[in-house]
Amino acid sequence: MGFFLEVLVGGLLAGVLYSLVALGFVLIFKASGVFNFAQGAMVLTAGLALVRALELTQTKWGWPFGVALAASLLFAAAVMAIVAWAVERFVLRKLVNQDGIILFMATIGVTFFMEGLAQTVFGSDVYPLNMRLPKEPVFLLEWLVEGGILVNELDIWAAVIAGLLVAGLAVFFQRTRVGRALRAVADDHAAAQSVGIPLNQIWFIVWLVAGLVALVAGAVWGSKLGVQFSLSLLALKALPVLILGGFTSVPGAILGGLMIGAGEKLAEVFLGPSMGGGIEIWFAFVLALLFLLVRPQGMFGEKIIERV
Amino acid sequence: MARASRAIGDVLLSVENISLGFGGVKALTDISFDIHKGEVRAIIGPNGAGKSSMLNCINGFYHPQQGTITYKGVPRSRMKPHEAAAQGIARTFQNIALFKGMSTLDNIMTGRNLRMKSGLFWQALHWGPALREEIEHRRVVERVIDFLEIQHVRKMPVGQLPYGLQKRVELGRALAAEPELLLLDEPMAGMNIEEKQDMCRFVLDVNDTFGTTICLIEHDMGVVMDISDRVVVLDYGKKIGDGTPEAVKANPDVVAAYLGTAH
Repeated sequence: MGFFLEVLVGGLLAGVLYSLVALGFVLIFKASGVFNFAQGAMVLTAGLALVRALELTQTKWGWPFGVALAASLLFAAAVMAIVAWAVERFVLRKLVNQDGIILFMATIGVTFFMEGLAQTVFGSDVYPLNMRLPKEPVFLLEWLVEGGILVNELDIWAAVIAGLLVAGLAVFFQRTRVGRALRAVADDHAAAQSVGIPLNQIWFIVWLVAGLVALVAGAVWGSKLGVQFSLSLLALKALPVLILGGFTSVPGAILGGLMIGAGEKLAEVFLGPSMGGGIEIWFAFVLALLFLLVRPQGMFGEKIIERV
Repeated sequence: MARASRAIGDVLLSVENISLGFGGVKALTDISFDIHKGEVRAIIGPNGAGKSSMLNCINGFYHPQQGTITYKGVPRSRMKPHEAAAQGIARTFQNIALFKGMSTLDNIMTGRNLRMKSGLFWQALHWGPALREEIEHRRVVERVIDFLEIQHVRKMPVGQLPYGLQKRVELGRALAAEPELLLLDEPMAGMNIEEKQDMCRFVLDVNDTFGTTICLIEHDMGVVMDISDRVVVLDYGKKIGDGTPEAVKANPDVVAAYLGTAH
């Protein structure tokens, strides 16, 4: 029982991190109908900008830690703003009213460009990121299970941060004028323009928000694994999460991430020995495949209605 | 018709010598006409005559290569669609362009987009000035919904509504912006007789009640002749007639374009 819970909680907390990456995808898809392949590259870029700025201000210029961290976060956010502006100005603006698949291809191009540029500017080593988040393993639920459950404090912090982010985004999308405009743009470019929604501005805002989500994901993952190129491959792990949760649902991204995280850990530990191990690597994708057969729009996605 | 009593005002929008081409295709050639404040102005013509292109020029989706469009006495150049909307031009589309995932209410609410002023911060909190503003916008939207008799589908996603109702929601979204000039691209296309009659009534009511100037494209000649004050006729991108419905009906060029001439 205790062991099962420990695996489950560990998996859920890892799932939170998948959710963070998937969230960036959902935001852009919801608001522009574009499947943004570059989300992983954005996580990498944001992480690199953050870790290098922190290194520079803290060790080279000797700023106190708090100031250096705040300045680095601001710098990384500014970098993401520039990315958002450049993507809108040089890519999306030329492709107004094009099919989703064309925009998708364009984001693949953006991915390679951004990965190359970010590593050229900021370097391509593995950089350990220390934001002084607590990293001690702690025992939880000692009153329930004998000996308690061993959990890393960093994972708990990640979960808290992700929760706050999601609450903020939900309010932003449902309550504000910009949120409503974003949903409108996703549905129909021409109609959105005709009611006075400036497409260019909206696209900038969406990519900026996705960039900031990428920054959070980059910071959290970076603290865990170090900032390195493999961060950009996280995007691939986000795919099954999206298929489970639905491409248009913020809660779906969260729940999908949790399911994938917990599912793959449980499968590895309990099914792994009888199947020769290594399940963790492919489990998420098989789960996604099953979902596609049964419920292609995901748990919370908008139902696909085809009029004939 | 008993509609002559309405006050027809000054020129609201005038189009002078507009030409528009796509590559080698001339969509519009040297078109001029004007729209007076408060009137119902129709643009008719056979398929491919350039009617929608004309509307797209007025609305800023297309930019004509030659000619000027003067709106409220100010000539404008290369205006973007959202700028046109900000100046009080609203429109509907030939192939319904609604936000399919959103409810009727939210769709019509987007029409209020330009009139929302309170900051993001207050809106996110749903409190203070934003709350007052939201209530006020909701009031306008509910009035539009009442007016168009679509109360029963307020909360339904518009993608699930029947065609005629979708067209009505689209009209509602345009009305919510309280436009001065309303452009309707084939508002009755694909409707049955009853739906057409309803739509006619709404168009006339909008014109009467709010004094909105309306420019519409329509294929159904009966409808056009009944509801419009003046008619422009286009054929192969050229203007071949302009005037009251009676005058246009009697114009031999117009008859030829529609029926073919006996040579």
